[in-house]
Amino acid sequence: MNRIFAILALAVVFAAQSASAQTLKTVKDRGMLNCGSNGTLAGFGLPDAQGKWTGLDVDSCRAIAAAIFGDANKVKFVPLSAKDRFTALQSGEVDLLARNTTWTSSRDTSLGLNFVGVNYYDGQGFMVRKTLKVNSALELNGASVCVQQGTTTELNLSDFFRARNMQAKTVTFATANEAIKAYDAGRCDAYTTDASGLYAERLRLANANDHIVLPEIISKEPLGPAVRHGDDQWFDVVKWTLNAMINAEELNITSKNIDEMTKSTNPDIKRFVGTEGNYGEQLGLGKDWAVNIIKHVGNYGEVFDRNVGAGSLLKIDRGLNKLWNKGGIQYAPPIR
Amino acid sequence: MTMSEGDLAVAKIHFVRSATIEAKPPPVSMRGAVGWLRENLLSTKFNIILTLLIALLFAWIVPDLVRFLLIDAVWTGADRDACREIVQNRAIGACWPFAFERWPYFVYGSYPIPERWRVDVFFSMLAIGVVWLLWLGAPRRGLVSVYFFVVLPISSFILLTGWKAIGLQPVDTVLWGGILVTIVVAWVGIVVSLPLGILLALGRRSHMPAVRLFSVIFIEFVRGVPLVTVLFMASVMLPLFVPEHLSPDKLLRALIGIALFASAYMAEVVRAGLQAIPKGQFEGAMAVGLGYSQMMRLIVLPQALKITIPNIVNTYIGLFKDTTLVFIVGIFDFLHTVEVSRIDPKWATPVTSTTGYAVAAMFYLVFCYAMSRYARATEARLAKSERR
Repeated sequence: MNRIFAILALAVVFAAQSASAQTLKTVKDRGMLNCGSNGTLAGFGLPDAQGKWTGLDVDSCRAIAAAIFGDANKVKFVPLSAKDRFTALQSGEVDLLARNTTWTSSRDTSLGLNFVGVNYYDGQGFMVRKTLKVNSALELNGASVCVQQGTTTELNLSDFFRARNMQAKTVTFATANEAIKAYDAGRCDAYTTDASGLYAERLRLANANDHIVLPEIISKEPLGPAVRHGDDQWFDVVKWTLNAMINAEELNITSKNIDEMTKSTNPDIKRFVGTEGNYGEQLGLGKDWAVNIIKHVGNYGEVFDRNVGAGSLLKIDRGLNKLWNKGGIQYAPPIR
Repeated sequence: MTMSEGDLAVAKIHFVRSATIEAKPPPVSMRGAVGWLRENLLSTKFNIILTLLIALLFAWIVPDLVRFLLIDAVWTGADRDACREIVQNRAIGACWPFAFERWPYFVYGSYPIPERWRVDVFFSMLAIGVVWLLWLGAPRRGLVSVYFFVVLPISSFILLTGWKAIGLQPVDTVLWGGILVTIVVAWVGIVVSLPLGILLALGRRSHMPAVRLFSVIFIEFVRGVPLVTVLFMASVMLPLFVPEHLSPDKLLRALIGIALFASAYMAEVVRAGLQAIPKGQFEGAMAVGLGYSQMMRLIVLPQALKITIPNIVNTYIGLFKDTTLVFIVGIFDFLHTVEVSRIDPKWATPVTSTTGYAVAAMFYLVFCYAMSRYARATEARLAKSERR
């Protein structure tokens, strides 16, 4: 029996190794990026009526394809459930995971993941009726709160109230759909889930304008793309694609003005568009890798706006996701 | 008592009618609508209570259903505003424009739009095959099985996955979705499970120990684990053991899992039929000198399959609905495309989810009901020999 297990373990190790080495080369040879995505989260990964994938995480993958191939459509989106997403990455079925995955220490270490950065700072929030005249989560003492059961959301909720010696009546439901329906029907005073989800769920209510999302965020949920341990070159490619998008916003480089920007004399921009230095080659990509990202996908601000921000139906406030020099915490190291 | 003279004398008087009297119609309470009601709905106290309960159930469900699906329903509109009470200022039922807009996605999933004609051709080919099978007077019915088991699988495989040599762009199965996937998965399950199930059932009753042991282990093992586990194993564990380029396609893995699973169940259904055939049939077949395969093919299986038709179709209907489980491994079957669509913020309203599920319910109802009607018609056709 032990021998069988040893052979199985070896097989796993062997498979994992063969899959993890030289991802960039594998992707280039294949001519297609395999991206593990959600597929059922509005604003992050969701096929539209034509079957085309849309969302913030989806655009993160498109940007990587643009950086490698100069074509943002060379991505195969592999829909993954929350349960099988890590196995899919480890087995090499996908090259990266961009599936609203929270960056935590255990995932970074024992699960063998490397998070490349944060493309969305999320956190758990509350939604209440305007008629309740509550402006802060701290005023929710004694309120009843609708929540989906068995989630970290439920645990965060009880932690938040217990830490502040407040009482809350939690009303739990098996699915998010039931929870929001019950809240809409008046079963509870407040509804809680991740802030990004709150905005999407708010649209489902009979009258969205009667409800507000409270400013408090009671948990840290930094979401970002992740790759496997053991392939630093690929880790760099994915990491700097995200950084390039954030840097582009800071440098005011957009998909509309990118062609003019290639003629710019600003040294920061020259380094970005590749007219100075060989930063693309250092990554194993072409000189115009960053230009392709911006031209085919856009900078971080554009992508945020289009998928979840003011330009979308969700209308999520940028909040923490503003650039560091505009009051948020999105900050990318420079390309130089 | 013996007849006396007096009795005979009485009998001579002609008081018996020479013609039969015209039959009187049954009393009013026994005929027409009233009679039907009395006989069928109100015959006993228990029956009256049942009738009342069912009538109440109908009265409770049907008006609301009709109101939601038809009367209050929204039929036209461009986005969620069309289906929101607050905007329209009226009670809102089902949001049909949502279903209309999303219908192509329900049918094709993410299959590339310029290539969708290939899916249409596949559906047409399947429809032709089904009509050929169902229409008893159709020409060359003998070739139906060749069409179903050889021509259709090969041509639709080439058509749907693509073949560069004849100018068909390859389409990755990740892009397949909706009704296409549901039909493909159900159809492969149905086509594979019957022959494989018959083989396994025969194997289980075989006298050869190796064959019997293999069949028993296979059937009991596959029946002993839930379908979800089989799918998980196929989609999550398998890639861990084989290198990436050797690992089969995700949809293919699910197809194999479902086909094997359905075969194990089918084997037990067929075995039940085999056991119901009297021993005399086997002995008779052997007595006239038939070999094993002739005996099975000509005598036993035709009778066994005939009596198991209700169970076979029952397994098919179950299988058709079980195909929805493939969504767990990230394949966008019909139900999952509905699930994805109801999340779309463009149509986010309180009624969107209900509308989506109503569409799904109707789809599965139509297919399953059609299957069960076909089974009943076949049963009636084959049962002629039993009617004497």
